[in-house]
Amino acid sequence: MLRLPELNILTPGTLAEALVFLKQDGAIVVAGGTDLYPNLKRRQVNHGTLVSLAGVASLKGISGNSESGLVIGAMTTLTEVVEHPMIAAWYPALARAACLVSTPQLRNAGTLGGNVCLDTRCLYYNQNELWRQGLGYCLKSFGTICQAAPKSPRCFAVSSADTVPVLLALSATLRLTGPDGDREIPIEVFFRRDGIDYLAKKPGEILTAIALPPAGALKMAYLKMRTRNSIDFPVAGVAVALETDAGNKVTRARVVLGALESTPLLLEQATTCMVGNELTSELIDKVADMAGKAAKPIDNTDMSPAYRKQMARVLTRRALQQLIC
Amino acid sequence: MKENFQVIGKSHPRVEGMSKATGTAQYTADISFPNMLFCKLLRSPHAHARIISIDSRAVQAHPGVLDIMTGTELTKSFGVLPVSKDEHALAYDKVRYVGDPLAAVVAVDEATAEAALALFKVEYEILPSFMSVEEALQPTEDPIHTYTRRGNISKEVNLEFGDVESGFAQADHIREDLFYYGASTHMAMEEHATIATTDDQGYLTVYSSTQTPHYLHKAMADVLGKPAAHIRIIAPTLGGGFGGKSEPFSHELVVAYLACKTGRTIKYVATREEVFYIHRGRHAVLMRLKTGVRKDGTITAMQYTNFVDGGGHASFGVATLFYTGIMATTTYKIPHYKFDGVRMFTNKPPAGPKRGHGTPQPRFALELQLDKIAEELGMSPIDLRMVNIVSPNSITANHLRITSCAIAECIRRVDSASGFSEKRSSLPPGKGIGFAMSSYLCGAGLPLYHNPLDHSQVMVRIDRSGGVTVYTGSTDIGQGSRSIHALLVAEILGLQQEDIFTISADTALTPVDLGSYSSRVTFMSGNAAIKAARELRGFIAEAVAKKLETPLKDIIFHNGQVMDRNNPGKTVTFPEACTLAEDHAGPLVTVGGYKPPELAGPFKGSGVGISPAYSYSAAVIQVDCDAETGLVTVEKVWIAHDIGRVLSLENALGQIHGSVYMGLGEALMEEQVTRGILLKAPSVLDYKTPTSLDMPPVESIFVEEPDAAGPFGAKEMGQGPILSVMPALVNAIHNALGVRIDELPATPEKILKALEDKAKGGSGRYGKTTEPSFQFSKPRKVARPWDSPYGEQEPYVKWQPEQSEVA
Repeated sequence: MLRLPELNILTPGTLAEALVFLKQDGAIVVAGGTDLYPNLKRRQVNHGTLVSLAGVASLKGISGNSESGLVIGAMTTLTEVVEHPMIAAWYPALARAACLVSTPQLRNAGTLGGNVCLDTRCLYYNQNELWRQGLGYCLKSFGTICQAAPKSPRCFAVSSADTVPVLLALSATLRLTGPDGDREIPIEVFFRRDGIDYLAKKPGEILTAIALPPAGALKMAYLKMRTRNSIDFPVAGVAVALETDAGNKVTRARVVLGALESTPLLLEQATTCMVGNELTSELIDKVADMAGKAAKPIDNTDMSPAYRKQMARVLTRRALQQLIC
Repeated sequence: MKENFQVIGKSHPRVEGMSKATGTAQYTADISFPNMLFCKLLRSPHAHARIISIDSRAVQAHPGVLDIMTGTELTKSFGVLPVSKDEHALAYDKVRYVGDPLAAVVAVDEATAEAALALFKVEYEILPSFMSVEEALQPTEDPIHTYTRRGNISKEVNLEFGDVESGFAQADHIREDLFYYGASTHMAMEEHATIATTDDQGYLTVYSSTQTPHYLHKAMADVLGKPAAHIRIIAPTLGGGFGGKSEPFSHELVVAYLACKTGRTIKYVATREEVFYIHRGRHAVLMRLKTGVRKDGTITAMQYTNFVDGGGHASFGVATLFYTGIMATTTYKIPHYKFDGVRMFTNKPPAGPKRGHGTPQPRFALELQLDKIAEELGMSPIDLRMVNIVSPNSITANHLRITSCAIAECIRRVDSASGFSEKRSSLPPGKGIGFAMSSYLCGAGLPLYHNPLDHSQVMVRIDRSGGVTVYTGSTDIGQGSRSIHALLVAEILGLQQEDIFTISADTALTPVDLGSYSSRVTFMSGNAAIKAARELRGFIAEAVAKKLETPLKDIIFHNGQVMDRNNPGKTVTFPEACTLAEDHAGPLVTVGGYKPPELAGPFKGSGVGISPAYSYSAAVIQVDCDAETGLVTVEKVWIAHDIGRVLSLENALGQIHGSVYMGLGEALMEEQVTRGILLKAPSVLDYKTPTSLDMPPVESIFVEEPDAAGPFGAKEMGQGPILSVMPALVNAIHNALGVRIDELPATPEKILKALEDKAKGGSGRYGKTTEPSFQFSKPRKVARPWDSPYGEQEPYVKWQPEQSEVA
């Protein structure tokens, strides 16, 4: 079998201790490990020291109420997110997205914070050592060119987390804790359009919590495209969230595409176009077309780019239709 | 006829079932010995390259490394078919695909061995690679193998039975289509593993996840140059085979050689990625099928041409190629039939036998084309089949002898259970229903190497306490053969399945069996077991009859008792009966053998496809298709299988469910494809097999018309039921959306492209439109059994229906 390389695993009991351990050379945080361990086994990444957050109790759990919104500890498992009654009631799209991640076993281990920080994925990167050696490696992993787009100066590995588009649609904020204390940022500034340097996380920082603003009367949906009904990462995902007033006019709205680029795509144009208008089927088609145009996948996942682009449109339309039914 | 069986036909747990369910079963990878070393193989990162030099000094100097091996140390070639022994323990002249093993290292543990692998310095001369049939057909100075002396051609077959042109001349309607069937791999849960050790006599013992211990034993003796008596092959619990473990492999020979050389116990366990390189999975096949029919649907002639992508070695490929071209006639009466096929070497992991071995691809083509013909003739797909299906006790144009055949009943039952005939014109848009049928052999009629001996022998032995042990050389690869052997012996001796101890797949303990392939085990080894058990029963019955002073004919074996059927008071327990029998007849050990009848026709190549019996299957599949995403939801599958006799109900159901699962994977998503020189997805995440959430409900219908030569009338059921699944699914997609997907897997993208084509006024077909230019050789013209010189009056029938061993 593929085995993990030799590693030091440090198990801090407090966040402060974790921050200290993280200063070690080559150290990286591990939450559930469902993403990191396979990547280590295939030698896609090379980390000599893992700082496990499993023992940091303060990072677990969900708190809040309908007025203040919810704060979800980064180490809350995806299963806990799926089963939490307040999430199911107020943020059903988040529960849905979490429920569509991989398999029950991996959702029991995998965490929401881990999913938010999920490494970008690519068929040229998520491969074994021999395979990548045969290819000559890639930009993201010990190589010099992007195998998916050889002329590109940047890496096109794909943002593949199911919960991320939903969290963007819900305007979540992230709490990052570093040696200099906490900072809170809107989730949309956390992601960068670069498959390698995909997170705006400073060295030594740990994602500690995800905060959801009050749901109010938000309606929301998440739809995912993949070959199989379990296990698979998305090849396209669409999250929508919107609120309407008494006159059925949209007062706020967000449409976010996932798994089509190195970063989640927040369609600001869609927000502009919807707010102040009634969500008619014509408007839905218009927004769906915007999604189709905005999606520019390349051939580095399961299913073809043309198909994934087409699905961005179809899923956007279907997700919005769900909200008016 | 209502049989009164004691254990046959009921649901039984597997003899080893609990150990598998609780995780205590010992697969090869679980077995460990004191001071065991670990072997890893260096695999080529190049698709086609000459090995100029291998510098292993750094490897040997690495702490923890005990030995290394390169190909020049063991150069005797091997291969499962004697006509194509084109493999070596390790490649020493050149590498032929990414993943081809060329050196081995033995170290104190797996991690050390793996670390040491990186220290090999290999100088390669990169050669042009052939990544497709088209590329392989180009003239070249440097073909992948040279022994066929025909460039990259691995094998070509050209056969004509009757005269297809005259057959087509009689047709009112002729249809010709191109079909493509993508490659797929077995995806057995257990990765290949081997342990080699030496026993206290200094002899070699090899534990290996193999479906064919006998062929491995032979190859091992041959390549290592050792007496067969000094080699023992044991196949421990296997986690699936599906054809992927049915030939000798590089890692088996390497580990055995190194164990002999070092005098140490050595273990090798393949990673999942390595299993994709070991492969031997389904060949990708491009097919042209031309069929002529009369107005009433009667087939007048069929011409089948195919191009088979073989990968880097022959494997079973010569047989596979024959199988692609010979089985259409076992389902339909085809008076004139022509087959041209060519298998090409390509620089990819070798293709080989996977469940259905070479027959799913042409079956896919045939069942899709018949669906199209039925539509064109305005006939129901079922009526078209009914016009053409073969009859029991008949012979085909290509000399295949058909005995029992319940396909008509299978069709009737699956139609009525599924409501196919009514639903095919009444389902709402997006929903569809499809039909297909098929047949498969109950064991290959000839062994893989020429010999006149039994294909299976089974020994049954009774100890002093009345304990019964059955010894079979066949491997239980998960198909349940140990349980079937126990069940058959239990039935004859009036015991329960759990009363029988089973020992299987150990060349030192068990008599010969050719292996668990070609759906042969229940039929052939089962018959051998029955023979052995009946002989024992005879000894016991005689002794008990004498003791009870009862006529022999009145002795029955029931519920652990041996008794007088007319006088229940006159009875002895089974252990007492065994003591009487040993006193009466001596040691209670019997061996039964089975050899199929001689069935080969009067032409070269007639050895492939012959079988003592054929099973038949008919499938109906109902789907719900999403016309916007192309996603297909399989709502239900009905399969009627001509099983002859259900021996163990749960086991039979398992084979149908497994066939549906595997078939739907091939039909909808699985494909072993390359990107450049590399496999696109050598992992369980990226190579898509269905999940439990993708599995539909399955209704299994067993048609029990006992076969005269089968064990208690049983026929195979491990491979036959898969064959109809893929075409029935694609026919259902057509019924749902009006598009023809002439290529597998039928992915959502292909379905959308076909729908786009239809929306633009096209035919709504997705599939290949061109084939490689290749001049096939002139076919060998073979007289059909009913042709001169045999004459109309005296048909060529050199067989009679056999009588079962068991009345």
